[in-house]
Amino acid sequence: MTTSLVDVASSDVTLRGFLHGLPGVDRVGADQRAAALATRSIKTTAKAQAIDLAISMVDLTTLEGSDTVGKVRAMCAKAIHPDPTDTSVPRVAAVCVYPDMVAHAVRALAGTGVKVASVATAFPSGRSSLAVKVADTTMAVEAGADEIDMVIDRGAFLSGDYTKVYDEIVAIKAACATAHLKVILETGELATYDNVRRASWLAMIAGADFIKTSTGKVAPAATLPVTLIMLEAVRDFRLRTGRMVGVKPAGGIRTTKDAVKNLVLVKETAGDDWLSPEWFRLGASSLLNDLLMQRQKLTTGRYAGPDYFTLD
Amino acid sequence: MFEYAPAPESRDVVDIPSAYNLFVNGEWVESLGDDRIKTVNPASEEVLSEVALATEADVDRAVQAARKAYDEVWSTLPGRERAKYLFRIARIIQERARELAVLETLDNGKPIRESRDVDLPLVAAHFFYYAGWADKLRYAGYGESPRALGVAAQVIPWNFPLLMLAWKIAPALACGNTVVLKPAETTPLTALAFAEICRQADLPPGVVNIVTGAGETGAALVRHPDVNKVAFTGSTEVGRLIARQVAGTGKRLTLELGGKAANIVFEDAAIDQAVEGIVNGIFFNQGHVCCAGSRLLVQESVADEVLTALKRRLTTLRLGDPLDKNTDIGAINSAAQLAKIRELSDIGEQEGAQRWSPPCTLPDRGFWFPPTLFTGVAQSHRIAREEIFGPVLSVLTFRTPAEAVEKANNSPYGLSAGVWTEKGSRILWMADRLRAGVVWANTFNKFDPASPFGGYKESGYGREGGVHGLEAYLNV
Repeated sequence: MTTSLVDVASSDVTLRGFLHGLPGVDRVGADQRAAALATRSIKTTAKAQAIDLAISMVDLTTLEGSDTVGKVRAMCAKAIHPDPTDTSVPRVAAVCVYPDMVAHAVRALAGTGVKVASVATAFPSGRSSLAVKVADTTMAVEAGADEIDMVIDRGAFLSGDYTKVYDEIVAIKAACATAHLKVILETGELATYDNVRRASWLAMIAGADFIKTSTGKVAPAATLPVTLIMLEAVRDFRLRTGRMVGVKPAGGIRTTKDAVKNLVLVKETAGDDWLSPEWFRLGASSLLNDLLMQRQKLTTGRYAGPDYFTLD
Repeated sequence: MFEYAPAPESRDVVDIPSAYNLFVNGEWVESLGDDRIKTVNPASEEVLSEVALATEADVDRAVQAARKAYDEVWSTLPGRERAKYLFRIARIIQERARELAVLETLDNGKPIRESRDVDLPLVAAHFFYYAGWADKLRYAGYGESPRALGVAAQVIPWNFPLLMLAWKIAPALACGNTVVLKPAETTPLTALAFAEICRQADLPPGVVNIVTGAGETGAALVRHPDVNKVAFTGSTEVGRLIARQVAGTGKRLTLELGGKAANIVFEDAAIDQAVEGIVNGIFFNQGHVCCAGSRLLVQESVADEVLTALKRRLTTLRLGDPLDKNTDIGAINSAAQLAKIRELSDIGEQEGAQRWSPPCTLPDRGFWFPPTLFTGVAQSHRIAREEIFGPVLSVLTFRTPAEAVEKANNSPYGLSAGVWTEKGSRILWMADRLRAGVVWANTFNKFDPASPFGGYKESGYGREGGVHGLEAYLNV
């Protein structure tokens, strides 16, 4: 990172000055751009490429109070072999679970290359002390999580206390050690596109490896314009610092069409460099079976019924 | 890897006869002359069809049909009856939108994405809008029962063939006039398809007449003594000729001519959206837009940032087969227009401006020009003053709002302007001072039938669209 951006966080005043000095986002224009890109016609070979790419980018997620070891193990099996009848289907990028489930997921996925991501920091609201958030993170990391999905303190952000948000991200990043840090902005609660852009930069300056739209617990979650603005942010951040940051839209991406639209956004906004699971993820659960169904339709010419796709 | 595969829209929805006649008095009639002109697909140079080159006698026949229809039918119908026909036409256009979009793209060269998502929806919207006015003219502010003018002679350009037809015919018919329309020489096909739609809608014979041809046909139409109103959209050069011809005849005249619009980007603009607006301003429809934002005025303090972003964005534009649903930039409409764009671009280089285009492969056949921008342009360069009517952007800089206004207004044209700033008070300050018929704030090339459109100075006079657009077709 360049020294200029380290200096940005040296005081409340400089941090605020920097974030508010970013170019504004015109809501109407951003919505139109996202809508225009959504009309791209992705067919035949392009669709086949997009489906496999999307499968390999899925963070297969279960974040329920009712999660059990059995449920997590079953989801891990699905992550390794999304379609047991077709070995040419790529495995997904990661599974995403609560911290207490990390150890079970790590055991189930050992040696498969599928990563284990854990939400942390008093997910989903983030309403707790920094000590609790750090402990939450440490617990997941010690259990073997490769990736930590933290939430920012939206209350602090909306009240203008950017330093508090920054300091928390820095502290969690330190607690992550070698684990990758995804910072969830919960854009549905930030409400404005200007806020989305500022929060993106704030997270990146603080050391985020990924910026993620949503917890999936708040609507609206990952809308196309919000993902567009975050992709612009990582693109501009690399121009400024040379460092690449990944993007993960999560929540509300249910169909192959949704996934393909996201990939079009990546391709035409951040560029081809981001078109890999290393730099772009799709946080989802039901999306995977739709991708598998469309994939089978492309290869066989027929749709199979939902019972031909596993429900783990 | 993720590369877009070809996604061509099917041509099967259109059926183009090998030759067309003239549409006069509700019938297809053979021209009284022998000459015909070929219309080609500019993306491939394939001949699509042949149309008649209407002679003075053909024009006379069409005007007579329009006069008869005006006297005997159209002027006697109450507004609500005229409205029924216009609503019917609007609905048929919507029903046949896909076919018309493909036909427009084939004949004009514009991307199907634009003909499908911009041209056709606006065409239908125009007919719906003016259908609504037909029985409410007394509320338009022109008196208790404003009267129609009579027969309108309408000459339209090739850049938005069907949309310009809609801008002309919809208000004319709503106000109670009858029409003889001449489409452009290179893009007659959608106007001829519209003639079929008039029949499908049972429009009384003679209310709409379509005569195809070149410049001489248009001239014959404009000078016909039994015409009450002339409406022209096209070049300033031809507009001047028409104004001279019409002067002293008592014919009413509206002209919508060229432009060299300034698209003004302030340092506090939403840069990403401004870049989209710049692209949409000059590369929409290959820059074949009279109100195109062909002069980018960018504040010096953000000029580098904006240009970097703009160049990066231009590298993502997809140029090629206009029927491909992912194409952003289609073909130049004709060899003649391509020659003109090349000539002015070469002059730009000779004058010392720096030329830049993204890497892009042009198809072997057809008429093509890459998206191009010139930096280091000064007001005294010809590419900053003359209308290129192609995908060529001249970039100039300014330091203060006053300088931006001065440079924007320092043009013989005054059709449109764009202002990009997040500061509301500055938008109003600029709009008060810009001498342009349309000022867009944080957007560009947005059209709506309820919004008037027209120029200052050499960009013409009269307004089309909205309640203002009625005035051009009423005896007020």
